[in-house]
Amino acid sequence: MNDSLTVTQQSRATSAPSDVAPAIVSVTNLTKTYASGHQALKPIDLEIRRGEIFALLGPNGAGKTTLISIICGLVNPSGGTVLADGHDIVRDYRAARERIGLVPQELTSDAFESVWNTVSFSRGLFGKPADPAHIERVLKDLALWDKRNDKLITLSGGMKRRVLIAKALSHEPRILFLDEPTAGVDVELRRDMWNVVRRLREAGVTIILTTHYIEEAEEMADRIGVINKGEIILVREKRELMRQLGRKQMTLQLQQPLAAIPASLADYPLELAEDGLELVYSYDSQQQQTGITGLLNAVSATGIEVKDLHTRQSSLEDIFVNLVKERQ
Amino acid sequence: MNLTAVRAIYRFEMARARRTLLQSVVSPVLSTSLYFVVFGGAIGSRISEIQGISYGAFIVPGLIMLMLLTQSVSNASFAIFFPKFSGTIYELLSAPISHFEIVLGYVGAAATKSIILGLLILATASLFVPLQIAHPLWMLLFLVLTAMTFSLLGFIIGIWADNFEKLQLVPLLVITPLTFLGGTFYSIDMLPPIWQTLTLANPVVYLVSGFRWSFFGISDVSLVASLGMILLFLGLCLAIVAWIFRTGYRIRP
Repeated sequence: MNDSLTVTQQSRATSAPSDVAPAIVSVTNLTKTYASGHQALKPIDLEIRRGEIFALLGPNGAGKTTLISIICGLVNPSGGTVLADGHDIVRDYRAARERIGLVPQELTSDAFESVWNTVSFSRGLFGKPADPAHIERVLKDLALWDKRNDKLITLSGGMKRRVLIAKALSHEPRILFLDEPTAGVDVELRRDMWNVVRRLREAGVTIILTTHYIEEAEEMADRIGVINKGEIILVREKRELMRQLGRKQMTLQLQQPLAAIPASLADYPLELAEDGLELVYSYDSQQQQTGITGLLNAVSATGIEVKDLHTRQSSLEDIFVNLVKERQ
Repeated sequence: MNLTAVRAIYRFEMARARRTLLQSVVSPVLSTSLYFVVFGGAIGSRISEIQGISYGAFIVPGLIMLMLLTQSVSNASFAIFFPKFSGTIYELLSAPISHFEIVLGYVGAAATKSIILGLLILATASLFVPLQIAHPLWMLLFLVLTAMTFSLLGFIIGIWADNFEKLQLVPLLVITPLTFLGGTFYSIDMLPPIWQTLTLANPVVYLVSGFRWSFFGISDVSLVASLGMILLFLGLCLAIVAWIFRTGYRIRP
């Protein structure tokens, strides 16, 4: 068992996730209606590929945490099935849950336990025999080794977050769920966290993270799923998504303010800033003809003096906001 | 069977007790000892013997029962309430363990603590009053069954309670009165006839009576009734726990 795990781990580490990577998590027709009558998930289908980093984006209350909670066993599904590495999460819950690690959104901890004890406890809870060497490795990876004897209550928020990650990794899961991993974490720690996640991916762990920091998804994810009002409205490779839906904007800063967009430029999709000192041109960088040359010629022919010019690609955040807005 | 997980929960809970030794062991032993001093030593000498047993000795089984019931309930209820309250229960729910194993870990630890406490109090009591244990094996059986049953009850209360007040409610308003009225300090023969009948509806009477029988060979109700009552209670609690997990009541929406 151990040998085969190591082998697959190595082969996964060397092969980057691709379109052919088989699903490690398959969600089929999954629904959830809470006792209150609130329908948190409409029928959802989702496949997570082995070895990828998948970011689940969505506004608050979209169903991100419900979806994760069902897969991890915290919430009972109302309908549908979930397979984790081929094991049904309800019928074959032991095998399914053994493979899954969960880092919850809330910073919860047994205040008076030491870091070492709480992480070792987690390993035991998942039925794995004690392995101090593994726990040591995990704590060192997460820069927690010096704190191993500290009581959890004495740790900072960022450190507690690391402890939760260490707990989730204590039983060597193949699939790791990170629910808002960097909520309330400072920038430096966030970078650290991203590095940890990347190292895990290199070790062959599949990572599913929810976030509403789009920057996070943009930075780390291979694929992106957007969930809104209990529905998955889109699943796409991150690069493809940004290419397809990303708009570019060129901003011209003018020497003299304009009162209105001159008639000679009426053919171009332009917006004039309120102070009249900026012309903003939106275009699609995928098109053969971006229209930039024509616009610049027209601007110059009109006698408008340009002080400066810059272009900007829309971020995942813009894409996301537009997507969610379109749906409403 | 995920025995590693059961062991992990059990050890975690026992470690918690060790960490809070004053509160979980010293305090109940001390407060029960005060009863021996007051009722056994000071007042007891002025109370005549009950069925040939000195009053100080007579109340020992009842007091151990009183402590056993309240401590089992509070130990087990807190053990499961706190993870629910702090949120760490997520880990328990996401772990590859069955409901039975969760209960085994928590209730096992709570019952163990109560049994240790019971034996400690018994040892302390023997310093104050002359004691004899006529049926030691029966005594242990009652001790273990009661600790298990009321730890289960505590587990149920811990799941049911959604705030600290409710957590205290049952032990304070139900368990303590029933125990005080359950023949801890007296034989039910000493009650007026009408109360003798009414008191038979109090389940604690059967526990105290059976437990006292294992010490002195005297009882208010028959041994079979005592054993039957505790087993009935055990079955009832098990059924409720099974229902809780089947429906996910208050823990897995």
